[in-house]
Amino acid sequence: MKVPLSWLREYVKLPPKITPDQIGQAFINVGFEVEAIDLQGESLKGPILVGKVISIEELPENKKPIRYVELDLGSKQNRYVICGARNFKVNDLVVVALPGAVLPGNFVISARQTYGKLSDGMICSAKELGISDEHAGIIVLPQGRIGSDATELLSISDVIFDIAINPDRGYAMSIRGLARELAGSLRCKFTDPADSKSSPKLKVVKNSKVVSVKIEDKTGADQIYIRTIEKVNVKNSTPIWMQRRIEKCGMRSISLAVDITNYVMLELGQPLHAFDADMVMGGLRVTRAGKFNRLTTLDKVDRKLEADNLLICDAKSPLALAGTMGGFASEVTSTTKRIALEAAHFDPISVAKNSRSHKLSSEASRRIERNTDPMMAEVASARAVNLLIDLAGAKYVGSSVAGVPIKKRKLKISISKVSQFIGYSYSIKQVRESLSLIGCKVSGGGDAITVEIPTWRPDLHTMADFAEEIARLNGYQVIPSRLPIGKTGGGLSNMQQRKRQVAQLLANQGFSEVINSPFVSQEMVDLLGFTGDRAKSFRIANPISAEAPLLRTHLLPGLLTTLGRNVSRGIKDLAIFEIGSVFRNTTTLPKVVMPETSRRPSAKSIDSIYAAVPKQMVFIGAVVAGETLLSNWQGKGVGFIWSDAVAKAIEIVESTGNEYEVISSDLAPWHPGRCAEIRVAGKPIAHAGELHPRVISELDLPEQTCAFAVILSELPIAQTTKAPAIWNQPATVQDVALVVKSNVTAAEVEKALRSGAGNLLESILLFDRYDQIGEGKVSLAFTLSFRAADRTLTADEVAQYRDGAIAAATRSCGATLRS
Amino acid sequence: MALGQAQINGDLASALAAIASAANLDVMKQIRIDYVGDKSPLAKANQLLASLEQAQRAEFGKLIGAARAEINQAFEKKNIELSAARDSQALLTEKVDVTLPGRRNLKGGLHPLTILTNEINDLFIGLGYKVAEGPELESEWLNFDALNIPADHPARTMQDTFFVEPLDAKLVLRTHTSPVQIRTMLDEKPPIYVICPGKTYRSDALDATHTPVFHQVEGLVIDENITLADLKGTLDFFAKSIFGENVKTRLRPSFFPFTEPSAEVDVFFNDRWIEWGGCGMVNEKVLVGCGIDTKKFSGFAFGMGLERTLMVKHGITDMHDIVEGDVRFTQSFGVGKK
Repeated sequence: MKVPLSWLREYVKLPPKITPDQIGQAFINVGFEVEAIDLQGESLKGPILVGKVISIEELPENKKPIRYVELDLGSKQNRYVICGARNFKVNDLVVVALPGAVLPGNFVISARQTYGKLSDGMICSAKELGISDEHAGIIVLPQGRIGSDATELLSISDVIFDIAINPDRGYAMSIRGLARELAGSLRCKFTDPADSKSSPKLKVVKNSKVVSVKIEDKTGADQIYIRTIEKVNVKNSTPIWMQRRIEKCGMRSISLAVDITNYVMLELGQPLHAFDADMVMGGLRVTRAGKFNRLTTLDKVDRKLEADNLLICDAKSPLALAGTMGGFASEVTSTTKRIALEAAHFDPISVAKNSRSHKLSSEASRRIERNTDPMMAEVASARAVNLLIDLAGAKYVGSSVAGVPIKKRKLKISISKVSQFIGYSYSIKQVRESLSLIGCKVSGGGDAITVEIPTWRPDLHTMADFAEEIARLNGYQVIPSRLPIGKTGGGLSNMQQRKRQVAQLLANQGFSEVINSPFVSQEMVDLLGFTGDRAKSFRIANPISAEAPLLRTHLLPGLLTTLGRNVSRGIKDLAIFEIGSVFRNTTTLPKVVMPETSRRPSAKSIDSIYAAVPKQMVFIGAVVAGETLLSNWQGKGVGFIWSDAVAKAIEIVESTGNEYEVISSDLAPWHPGRCAEIRVAGKPIAHAGELHPRVISELDLPEQTCAFAVILSELPIAQTTKAPAIWNQPATVQDVALVVKSNVTAAEVEKALRSGAGNLLESILLFDRYDQIGEGKVSLAFTLSFRAADRTLTADEVAQYRDGAIAAATRSCGATLRS
Repeated sequence: MALGQAQINGDLASALAAIASAANLDVMKQIRIDYVGDKSPLAKANQLLASLEQAQRAEFGKLIGAARAEINQAFEKKNIELSAARDSQALLTEKVDVTLPGRRNLKGGLHPLTILTNEINDLFIGLGYKVAEGPELESEWLNFDALNIPADHPARTMQDTFFVEPLDAKLVLRTHTSPVQIRTMLDEKPPIYVICPGKTYRSDALDATHTPVFHQVEGLVIDENITLADLKGTLDFFAKSIFGENVKTRLRPSFFPFTEPSAEVDVFFNDRWIEWGGCGMVNEKVLVGCGIDTKKFSGFAFGMGLERTLMVKHGITDMHDIVEGDVRFTQSFGVGKK
């Protein structure tokens, strides 16, 4: 909310020399965030005077219409200025900056020759004066003395504080509330604008027809006041002081009747609505929409009502969306003679629903949602009537009231409990003072005090609520600092350790970690050829971009997008990886339970809540293009190819202490002939290889871009490592070159060799592959290394093992010895 | 040939002179033959000893032995000197330009958010906390209701939430990591000391200071006699560890539905106050809703945006750099730079 210092000063006795920054700090100290301090008029220098338009000469021969205006500024000679605005006529009062004046932005006014005339000053818009963003036309004043200082008339010089109001402090959305807080923070005297003495007693002038009111829906409102006024001169203009205050609070002046309701709302925090009483059939009612299904609101939007919308209706039809916006049909117009002025204490939740169901947030609804002072319906409506009498010559006819305001509440609190909760010992004096600053009445002098809670503080209920008030008004800085140490023991879980370890592993090997957007387009899903579980996406109901409404089912969409972005920035060699959750809509989720929150849900409810959240697997994925060992003066570098991707995926699986097997796969979006599937305990855990050439070309990626992805969360937690026996007898190696059909995999041959080599086989390494021997065959050459615990193996013994290995490869893979 | 002391001394002197003046190893080869080997004058003199009488033999034997030992020693010393000189001469011709850049692997790095998260986790593990994590696609009840943000409370609209279809599944992309706190309180009994880092979502468009997908870290402590002073001490420690010993913190009263009292925590860093995060004493309603005995236990919670922390700490001015995945950004942080 924006508040001008000049208005606050009316109710807070501020020290004369206090600076705007000190006032801002005072708000911050008690929990009101100051978003901006606007020093209006600070850079403004006169003379800026009120002038009367005497004559207007149109200069039509220009691109846009230009006027040459004669002005009476109260001196002997009239002045002539050029003006591009058209929203004024002869006899209007306008604001004129004379040569020598300086407007915001260091805009110096001088007499100058333009459009073939001498322009001896400037007629100003509100924007040019720096008092609003309004620049549709120049300011036309409703009143003012010709030749007088316009900056004074407009009370331009002021400080506007823009203050963020937290949702629990509805009372602070008013001059009344913020003045009280400022006074409390600075310990200055505060006068409550709602005190009856500042508003003269209403006198009923004649007993004619009063618009009646009843509350039909008791949950919708506690109390409503309808005050009937006659003979309203709605055409009277709003006095400048009121217009300016409304504008300084960030609202616009509209018409006298509406301005008065807004002015009182700004001052007291109570929204008001003025109906044209002659448009009300029968009496007014607070009720739910029920069968009424349409209402055109003030903004001329024809709205479809929901059955539980809270409305103000007359005998026949809905007239207003209660607490949110009035109806078009019953709005006050230039022909209105009688007004029914409404002020009510509406139910915040009902109004919040009104506002949400129509996506209509108004000054009124924002206040009511945060709860208003139930005592203000009476006070604010009376204040508005008084202003209507004063400014619109209205006659007050009388009022109807339905419901009663909520009673004041009392609560007992223990000072020692508050002190214990905050960690600072407050004295009884500190507690009494801080609570009285917020309007509480405190009685009882011991540790237990009784607090009468003011009606505008419906947020205060528990000891903790009061602890907050006492703590903030005495300053958080007095509270000591103490460091508690956990008693449960800490440490990372297995999964947390695993994530950290594999990230470090890849980073140490030249991979850069990225964190990608999880929002994916259907187009990308189709392009990557995702099927099965990976095609089962969750859709976001309200995505930021309509093109990417899906949640990722895999890390590749994001990784490939980021790879493309890097490539387009001229980076040729890169390896990126991401660790993150994926979301797959693969299970039927149980019915949702939403247990009440006033106590712990039953074990069954808790289980149901957890079960209704889909499982989210954690992946590590990477994409690589170009070289990983970089070219330099020594020669060409080493590119990253499909087999490197497979090896990297295996390294990750191995690093978790799991055994694996590799088989070939044709999973999209990989190249169908160059994709490995890595299985752990029979389950596919990782895929790695080169991407499909079609995907590479459609995404404009470098040729032979490789990718791998491992489901980290599906890898079993390994058992504690058992240390191997390290034998120090010499090893004996044997090379074996075999010929197999080219569709036999190296892994199959290796597995067979292992199975036949006996248990003294220490390691096996494929050191050569030759595919030029024809007949659809390849040669695979392995080094087998044998070692015994207790002796040097003899050549005969090792030959025997080797032959066993070859025999096994022949049996299961059809391998023959290469001659 | 006669044996005489003068003769022996003369042989010794000429041998030492030859060794001293030797300029290279080739000369040394000749010296070995002339003065050290079997044909050297002293070797020959030694052979003559047998013809001498007992007394003379002992006397001259000693003299010859001492002279030969001295020659050997001088020879070896010179030989080593000359070999070393030759070797170092040879190595000089192998000199290279060591500033030529060697073969490098592609430079890798951890995302600075990961580095920061690790740092924070380690910090709190040191204080006896556990690291708690939870799902990003989360139950609306855990994200809102259980945190005292009922369906029609204005606070529910404070956070622009991504809802997931079908709407009756009541799933949201969590707007904060606070549902992890609820899960912890539902699953474990106090005392509870947890730190909850993770990804969070709000429907703000990406710009220089906002991103729809961001990261938070929250802390939760539930124990006997936990006060606002404990919260202050923890935040002081946290801030000093992240921003440096000289950083100051301040609490400003604020509002969050799940804490009461609530505060914003600011840090004074690089000569200005910066909003760092939110905190407060866990709202009694939240504790009761999780079945925690509020007569015995109280607690505090705090939460910070990690992107914001990173931007302040490292002087990052544009959120795009954090989210776009440009490898130059990640690489500049290496594999674990602070």
